[in-house]
Amino acid sequence: MSAQKDRWVSSLVFLLFCASSIPRSGSVGLQQELSPQHYFSGLEAGKASLAFFTPSGSPGAQPFLEQIESSAEALQDYGISVVKVNCPKEEVSRYCGKENALRKAFLFRGNRLIREFPTDALFDVNSIVANVLFALLFNEVKYVETLADLENTENVLKGKSNMVFAYVPATGTAEHRAVMEAAFVYGTIHQFVLTTEAALLKATSPDDPDVSSAWLLFCHCQQVTEPAQPCRRTALAQPLTLLNIHRHLKLMGAPLVTEVAEDPEKISTVHLQLGLPLVFILSQKETYEADRRTAEFVAWQLLGKAGVALLSRDLVDLNVLHRSNVALKTPQEGMPIQYLVLEDTDEVITLVEDKNKVKQIQEDEQEEEEDEDEKEDNNQDIQDDQVVEAVSRDKKRELPLEQILVLTEENFHSSLSEAALTVVLFYASWEAVSLAVLRSYSEVAAHLQGTPGVLLSRVNCWDWPGLCSQENVTQFPTIKIYKEGQQSVTYDGMWGTEELSSFILLSRVSCPLKLATMDEAEGYLRGEFPSELSSHHHTSLLGVFSTATSEAREAYEEAGNILSGHIRMGMYFEDDSLALSQKYSVSPPALLLARSGGRSVEGIALSKHSVQDLVQMIRYELLDVFPEITVTNLPQYLQLRKPFLILFSAGDISEMESKEMLKLAKGRSQQAFVACWLNLKKTPVGHGILRNYFSTTPSLPILLWVNLHAGGQVFKFPSEQSITEMNILSWLEKLQAGLEIPSSTLSEEDWKPPLPAYDFLQMMEPPVPELSPHTAPHPGDPPAQHPPKSPGGGSAGGDAAVREEPPRESTAEAAGSAGRDLRGTAPRLAARDKQGKRHSEL
Amino acid sequence: LGLALCAGSLCAASGAAWLYHDYCIIGAGPAGLQAAYFLQRAGRDYLAFERSHAPGSFFALYPRHRRLISINKQYTGKSNSEFNLRHDWNSLLSHDRRLLFRRYSRDFFPSADTMVRYLEDFASLLELRVQYNTAIIHVTLEKNEQAWNGHYFLLTDQDRKNYKCSSLLVAAGTWVPNVVNFPGSEYVEGYETVSVNPEDFAGQTVLILGRGNSAFETAENILGVTNFIHMVSRSRVRLSWATHYVGDLRAINNGLLDTYQLKSLDGLLEGDLEDLAIVKDKKGKLHITLRFYLENGNVSAGIDSITLPQDELDNFATRAPYDRVIRCLGWKFDFSIYNRSLRMLPGKGNIKKYPQIKPSYESKGTRGLFVLGTASHSVDFRKSAGGFIHGFRYTTRAVHRLLENRHHGVPWPSTAYPITQLTNSIIKRVNEASGLYQMFSVLADIILLRENATAFEYLEEYPIGILAELEMQTGRKARSGLFVIVMEYGRNFSGADKDVFYYNRAVGEAQHAWQSNFLHPVIYYYKRLPTEREMRLRPPDWPLPRPDAIHHIVEDFLTDWTAPNAHILPLRRFLENCLGTDLRSFFAESCFLFAFTHQKLPPFCQQGYVRMQGVVGSRELRQHAAQAGLLRDYTDTDSAGGRPPASHGGSREQLMRDPALPVPPLQHLGNAKDE
Repeated sequence: MSAQKDRWVSSLVFLLFCASSIPRSGSVGLQQELSPQHYFSGLEAGKASLAFFTPSGSPGAQPFLEQIESSAEALQDYGISVVKVNCPKEEVSRYCGKENALRKAFLFRGNRLIREFPTDALFDVNSIVANVLFALLFNEVKYVETLADLENTENVLKGKSNMVFAYVPATGTAEHRAVMEAAFVYGTIHQFVLTTEAALLKATSPDDPDVSSAWLLFCHCQQVTEPAQPCRRTALAQPLTLLNIHRHLKLMGAPLVTEVAEDPEKISTVHLQLGLPLVFILSQKETYEADRRTAEFVAWQLLGKAGVALLSRDLVDLNVLHRSNVALKTPQEGMPIQYLVLEDTDEVITLVEDKNKVKQIQEDEQEEEEDEDEKEDNNQDIQDDQVVEAVSRDKKRELPLEQILVLTEENFHSSLSEAALTVVLFYASWEAVSLAVLRSYSEVAAHLQGTPGVLLSRVNCWDWPGLCSQENVTQFPTIKIYKEGQQSVTYDGMWGTEELSSFILLSRVSCPLKLATMDEAEGYLRGEFPSELSSHHHTSLLGVFSTATSEAREAYEEAGNILSGHIRMGMYFEDDSLALSQKYSVSPPALLLARSGGRSVEGIALSKHSVQDLVQMIRYELLDVFPEITVTNLPQYLQLRKPFLILFSAGDISEMESKEMLKLAKGRSQQAFVACWLNLKKTPVGHGILRNYFSTTPSLPILLWVNLHAGGQVFKFPSEQSITEMNILSWLEKLQAGLEIPSSTLSEEDWKPPLPAYDFLQMMEPPVPELSPHTAPHPGDPPAQHPPKSPGGGSAGGDAAVREEPPRESTAEAAGSAGRDLRGTAPRLAARDKQGKRHSEL
Repeated sequence: LGLALCAGSLCAASGAAWLYHDYCIIGAGPAGLQAAYFLQRAGRDYLAFERSHAPGSFFALYPRHRRLISINKQYTGKSNSEFNLRHDWNSLLSHDRRLLFRRYSRDFFPSADTMVRYLEDFASLLELRVQYNTAIIHVTLEKNEQAWNGHYFLLTDQDRKNYKCSSLLVAAGTWVPNVVNFPGSEYVEGYETVSVNPEDFAGQTVLILGRGNSAFETAENILGVTNFIHMVSRSRVRLSWATHYVGDLRAINNGLLDTYQLKSLDGLLEGDLEDLAIVKDKKGKLHITLRFYLENGNVSAGIDSITLPQDELDNFATRAPYDRVIRCLGWKFDFSIYNRSLRMLPGKGNIKKYPQIKPSYESKGTRGLFVLGTASHSVDFRKSAGGFIHGFRYTTRAVHRLLENRHHGVPWPSTAYPITQLTNSIIKRVNEASGLYQMFSVLADIILLRENATAFEYLEEYPIGILAELEMQTGRKARSGLFVIVMEYGRNFSGADKDVFYYNRAVGEAQHAWQSNFLHPVIYYYKRLPTEREMRLRPPDWPLPRPDAIHHIVEDFLTDWTAPNAHILPLRRFLENCLGTDLRSFFAESCFLFAFTHQKLPPFCQQGYVRMQGVVGSRELRQHAAQAGLLRDYTDTDSAGGRPPASHGGSREQLMRDPALPVPPLQHLGNAKDE
């Protein structure tokens, strides 16, 4: 970024050099002349000078004198001298002696008077420079008042030269000066046209313009061949400053499309030098004509925002994907060239515009940082933890916690026996995450209101630390479920309302639930039994055991304890268990898995008997084959540690896609990856993922292969192919063979501290010198102000430093109170405000 | 030598009669009972010896005027029992909530009788093993390779009964009154026996020697009835609210300062008591003179021949004769019962009333002998609260934990947490921990980081002075760096001559926290455990060696360090920068996005969301986070996402305005690539 700025600066220096190389005489600054005779005799032909006359003896009483003096140097750059002529007392001439002449300034070229300016038109440096140049460049800068005037000028120029048309809200402004200064340099190349008429602005700018801000158009009239054809126009998007105008004119002067036949890494064009990106259209012999047209079209769209080059692939050996058709080179040094496969010229344009926006923001931020450099690490005290900030912004809202019983050391044990099932949220009233969960918990309470046998309660561990440690709560938040006569269960699921509600509801029924009769078992599989859970649509799991297989049954019961709350588990081990299991063509010990209300029941033979294996197996069986990925279910699939084949869809996926994907998921490669889809309507954060992968949002639906756990590459399924099992499989094969180039790669960045901490050690170093309270540095003073002391310097050096402190402070404050330099006092006042925050002053 | 022989013969004579216990405790005052409690809870073999018939015999007599100056705060507005101990200076530590002192007295400054009653209850309710009416009169060592410390402690009581112990806990307090000997000191009454009835002092002129709380307490009692009171001592008066040391003169006793400074005849004088001499005239009045005059004059010739200072200096301050002189010079440790082989030596300088001990409370002379309670105050004399119940109840627990590790292989209790709980665990402790608060700059919480900084162990209230020995003393490993959490006053805030009320004394802003004056938490970070050498060479006034990084949590008027931005945020930044990681918490949605866009996840997502413990957050919260710009709300970008026709329209419109340009085939770029 700084290199780029250097380039701008050097351009500006060049510009000024052009201006100042015009021959001039005299020294820099204001000249003094003793008398009018003296002045007029000394005027050179063709040399411009601005003179004003003052009666001798009277001190420079004119209010504009100071402004004139300060503009002398600026005008000097344009070869205009500024002369103060003393009128002898007795003299009465055209310029001296007359009262009204003394309130004017006169512009001469040679000894010819060009213009006289009333002093109120010369209110500051900008207005002086603008008006003087405007008068001198009478021929180069045309002033127009009507649209007809403008069109006439334009028509005259067609086929001959280009036109720079500027609107300024008023003459004598900084913008006016910038235009005039640019005209001084470019006036011979382009025709400058100026107006202050708002009507003209409205006629030339596309949408509703702001009449109070200036506006500049570059009209490409030179290349217009037919009089009927209008000139193309390119507006300057930045504010009107000399630098921006210069930059704009340079860009307009650059060739529209550059043809290149060398390594794009080595290419540098005026665009890159001016800090703009360069877009390469990759071309080849066969399509050259069409590519050239595309390039020109894009170039016109991007004129002033980016350069466009046509790169012939036949001449340059590029080691990029054959399909790539566009490349983007950014001005930042060290940034690699991005090769892209784009389908549409719009994509090129949005790509560049987005980049520019990002850059703009970065620049702004950088400037801010520079501004705040003195305040050192200013953002440190701004909260950047989203949960903490959200909770503190929400703290004034009263939570509906009436449904939730407050437990204390006194009533804890007695309350547990009041309901069949007591849910206790252990939290700390100062801890943000547990307060966030408390909010979800209050929603759970509203959800479950009126559910018999369930009591929701909470313990604030900040009030009752003994109770919390007694219940083995070491972290906040913790939710425990106490059931009469049973060990408490610690909730280990998502801290969301739905998940928690469902856990509590499922926890009401013992897990696994012993089913006594065949009818109960059948009803259980249909989701009708037990009645408490009939409204609850969940996958049901039924373990069927013969009376003999007690080992498997015990493991199953143990697994039930672990999975309690997460799943419905039943068990059946009556005499006719064989008959039940055989209905589903398995024999005990077996699991019957009833998905979605028993519409399909799957029988799984049980071979493993260890609790761990069983839990793992049950968890695995519960996963969907082709799930819709959501924020809350992703972790379950992440645990498989497989790559994701994920279909992003703007809404529900079509039946066809769903069918094909399901086929694929169930197919032979099922073990190798997780096939899933994401509904952007339901999970809008998916947009963030896509935006991260592709600079622009791609067309939907889009199928991606994401190597989440190894390498992090993201591959995009070619969108022109239809999503069928066959196409995907052959694409996957190519992918596995390394024939595809990833569209993106997941960031490998470590999670470093977002901001530095206060370096108290450095502030305390060297050891704080012995200070009496009266001379102790004000805590409001930035400690960095202490002069550096050598660690071995001992207390003598420290004392000296302290003694120095107060006088410096007081002189600064004295200066501030004198009101001479308001700017200097501003930070001091701020510092004093800060001191005012101390609580001892309450 | 004679004593040693005697002891040797004693051993030989009654060798079979040694009663053995793993732990012997001398003294059943607050410290002895506190030690007994922890040994009992741990199921150890111990016995406590008490010379009196009941616990706390010191409190049965002292303070003479029966008002304790340790506060007994009934209300704090909080129910947090740990926090409330910060403002309860009398209770001992126990699991029994009946044994809270506020259940015994409603007085803010309770009576010493209540303390005696409390200690009796503490011993009996908890069924502590205390042998009363047993004064240990001699302690010696018996070398034995098998013993825990290479020797046994042999104790003999007043009835020549003998006891043998592996470890000796001396909780005998400091009960031997300090006495000065100067000519005429026989006319001086001691604090321990002086009358507490003000009427006995009516119309008298009194000189008090000493300038501690007992001296002022004595003065306070008789202030209203005496002619005037003068108080003489070598050192200037030290006000506890200026020194932040509870052993200095407490405001409740300072009535004499008030009358002195408000010109009511009473007064303070500075002078060395060693130079003093008292002569009694015929009327029984006591005159102050200097030892120097006595040595030169002829004492036997009677008062008239003795030069009094006023003879030479007729405005000598204490020229008025006194009716009574009272000595209130405090107490010292009873060194007399320890055999020389134990090398129980007095400390040097102002800690000579205490035995020499290490920062681990173990005697410098004898391994296995620990000094508890008031007698252990040399570790933090005039700094912290180790000489008082509200301080030594914690150091006694620390000693017990050291012993558990040393003799029973029970490592220092610790709790393991995932790294995401780091900020929380510190905030919780600095807000409620009473041991850190009472024993500021002496006991510290230690956080031992596990490898890769994904988890840590939290150790509470470890003696800061033996930080270098941490691994050996606690049985815990400090391989990957550690944090030490202490509480400190500002470095130059406390002192007898300091103005503690100066304007702008309080710091309000987190970035200036290091200049905080009032007690505030300080966290030291070390990449590795400091060595003993580093501990020795630490900068003066620093409780610990120079750390790799340090953090001060800004002092707080309410001592409530839970403000998200002023307290927790800077602490998190400090911890993050020490560990080189991001300790922010994230909503599940953010973790979801990170899971798809980053190969690594921040610890909060890694240890929460990925393990299915994501913070989903309510809709309101997510909206707040979005408004704060910390969470992107993608719901309204829906339309922009799907490349709606509008954007095409926009560019086409521009094309229309550009009639000069032949519209190129838009799909062309797409077609160019795959042939």
